[in-house]
Amino acid sequence: MSGPHDHGHGHHDHDHEHPRLSELQLRVRALESLLVEKGLVDPAALDEFIDIYETKVGPRNGARVVARAWTDPEFLAWLRKDASAAIKSFGFEGRQGEHMVVVENTDKVHNLVVCTLCSCYPWPVLGLPPVWYKSSPYRSRAVIDPRGVLADFGTVLPDDVEIKVWDSTAEVRYLVLPQRPAGTENLSEDELADLVTRNSMIGVETVSYPARPAQEAAAQGGVQ
Amino acid sequence: MNGAHDMGGMHGFGPVQDEPEDEYFHGEWERRAFALTLACGGLGKWSIDEGRYSRERQPPARYLGNTYYEQWLHGLETLLVEKGLVTEEELRTGKAAGPKPNDVQALPAERVYKALQQGSPYTRPVDHPPGFAVGDRVRVVNDHPLTHTRAPRYVRGRVGTVVLYHGGHVFADASARGERGVADHLYNVAFDSKELWGIQAEPGDVHLDLWEPYLEPA
Repeated sequence: MSGPHDHGHGHHDHDHEHPRLSELQLRVRALESLLVEKGLVDPAALDEFIDIYETKVGPRNGARVVARAWTDPEFLAWLRKDASAAIKSFGFEGRQGEHMVVVENTDKVHNLVVCTLCSCYPWPVLGLPPVWYKSSPYRSRAVIDPRGVLADFGTVLPDDVEIKVWDSTAEVRYLVLPQRPAGTENLSEDELADLVTRNSMIGVETVSYPARPAQEAAAQGGVQ
Repeated sequence: MNGAHDMGGMHGFGPVQDEPEDEYFHGEWERRAFALTLACGGLGKWSIDEGRYSRERQPPARYLGNTYYEQWLHGLETLLVEKGLVTEEELRTGKAAGPKPNDVQALPAERVYKALQQGSPYTRPVDHPPGFAVGDRVRVVNDHPLTHTRAPRYVRGRVGTVVLYHGGHVFADASARGERGVADHLYNVAFDSKELWGIQAEPGDVHLDLWEPYLEPA
């Protein structure tokens, strides 16, 4: 899918193609050199921020939490009682995940997370949010037309499933615990984690087994 | 404020477009804008709520026309000037015209990881007991402040049920005005979709985290 709001989606950087992007490139470069010259930022710290969120913190973290919840009833009970502490036991903690709540999908309830006012998202377990999560189409529609949003992702739920939308309006961050798909009784925790997509932990998809092709590619290409 | 950022329930933005899991930035400038924002946030001169307010008080047409990291860049430039860390002139030229203020220290690379892991917890003691309990029916006060608030327009005046009590949290509205240390009770409130959207509503509910000053008994 592409359109006028497709800001350089795809695997390539498009800076060279757009005059507006070159302008932004220059504006950011000027700002960075000013702030370094003034001693307000350490350039090595900038590289460190980028490296952490491009290679170390991402949705594979959340997938491990979900797989553990599927296989370990004690962990699930802990997650229900104190999600922040249970998640911290993996070392996933800190910025934008200080106060975690896990919401569970069942046969009758499907949860969907949004931030209509900005882009609040549980960074320690999901990494930085995708463009669509921060975009006007998602932020405007998730609360008024959740089934329509799910349909954009090819997700169709039975009519008797109630949708609960969680609008992240404070500093509490929500992680969806998707349902464990049927037929996965013999899979290991690691194999289960490979099935869990970022989108399923936001709530725009369910988890399938066998994995959908896109799901498999996501799990393999995703950062650890 | 009733800005363009408050878009819950708006129509006409079109479909949501998925993208791959491992795609975080689209262009090098986005990486730098992201990192500069976090690094400058680490100077401790403004709160996360002042950061949000710096983005949402752009003129609505501009807000809606920007890409995401353009919002961040605009907010960062705004706060750097407002907090006296750089001047408009310096922003224009990209050259320092004066020294850095004495009371700030750049966050060194070796402290980045630890700072992120620590985060900044927002729970605080509150000097009065909670006014509501789980199960209470509450109405969101129909208030339209000119400054930052986290009660979106689509719930103002609406009635819901308290389903979770989160404890005392830093109150976003005060924090966005630069007032440190103001906290109030925070609740998760569930609104039936019909209460919010009337006859078009799909069955289900919408949950929001709302501070006590936003709420009155219903």
